Amino acid sequence: MDDKRLQSFIGNLLRAGVLLAAAIVFAGAVLYLFQHHADKVAYENFHAESPSLSTLAGIVNSAFHLDSAGLMQFGLLLLIATPVARVVLAAVGFYLERDYLYVTVSLIVLGILLFSMLNAT
Amino acid sequence: MTTSMFTLAVGTIAMLAGFLGALTGLGGGVVIVPVLSLALGVDIKYAIGASLVSVIATSSGAAAAYVKEGFSNIRIGMLLEIATTFGAVIGAYIAAYISTHVIAVIFGVVLIQAALQSLKRGPSEGGQPIKSDSLARRLRLDGTYPVDGNEQGYGVQNVPTGFSLMLGAGALSGLLGIGSGAVKVMAMDRAMKIPFKVSTTTSNFMIGVTAAASAGVYLSRGYIDPRVAMPVMLGVLAGAFLGTKVLVRARVRTLRLIFGSVILLLAVEMIVNGILGRV
Repeated sequence: MDDKRLQSFIGNLLRAGVLLAAAIVFAGAVLYLFQHHADKVAYENFHAESPSLSTLAGIVNSAFHLDSAGLMQFGLLLLIATPVARVVLAAVGFYLERDYLYVTVSLIVLGILLFSMLNAT
Repeated sequence: MTTSMFTLAVGTIAMLAGFLGALTGLGGGVVIVPVLSLALGVDIKYAIGASLVSVIATSSGAAAAYVKEGFSNIRIGMLLEIATTFGAVIGAYIAAYISTHVIAVIFGVVLIQAALQSLKRGPSEGGQPIKSDSLARRLRLDGTYPVDGNEQGYGVQNVPTGFSLMLGAGALSGLLGIGSGAVKVMAMDRAMKIPFKVSTTTSNFMIGVTAAASAGVYLSRGYIDPRVAMPVMLGVLAGAFLGTKVLVRARVRTLRLIFGSVILLLAVEMIVNGILGRV
């Protein structure tokens, strides 16, 4: 695999990830507005989201139960995962090009991303 | 306000921000936080969480096109992402320990910088591509990019300076939920002497990865409320898509002036409200 093919593959992956995420968020939004359109909003004061919307397991679980907020959050989670997948793919691509310096660079970036996510959730 | 009105209002603002952001090259995320917190009274933490998500959406959406056209340099981007992701994690952690008033003031100062940059004449494409220095050569950062149908080669210099600036760009992104594309472009264009077109597209490419590094921290802290982030993400994405389709070259200068003035006003509002403790 050369640089050009790797680049176009990464480009397609990014676009597909964003479109899929947007579609899931949109589906959640339709459900949410259908169920809650007349509710009053209150975002003036911050209170942290419940675990069902702030942990990986919680989000997957509430999306699986077709909870509207959970579904939207799952789409957002997928969106956040898109750049992470991009880094994984770049690492694989550099490995196929036998560019071990940049395999290492990609793995360092991936390490920081995973540290942030696993440490957080 | 009911949820349907709120969603419609936020969605419309986000779409306009995404549209203007794509047309002017400033990114839409930067106005989301002040508009949500000042005009709609949304807590700045929710606003920052929603903005960060929209930043990932526009970066990944737009990067797809640039990467394919061969403008962005994956090696430069990946190397500098070590700095931006590290900075972003630090920034996101710091955000929890300083008051929202202080965040608002810092935000305002960053906005002023963005506004001034857009009010100035757009950067020229001038200057001959330069040769790489020895560190950049060892890191194989040289690249080519299309100029009038031909592949033009370019070199890279001052990698350590660029790397340090990227740490700062990452920290700002993690602290404020913005892409901090302006700082990234400055680091590559000015410090590392990379051609402007390559700098902007590589910056765009990096923004999503940088934002993803702090998104994990934001998510677990509950900053990302899907009910706020949903209209922001969908609106910005739709607006940015329209913006890239309706590229009207002649009007861009005027648009930059208008958008830059709006950002300047928002910046002053942010600082005043931050100092008065109202944000």
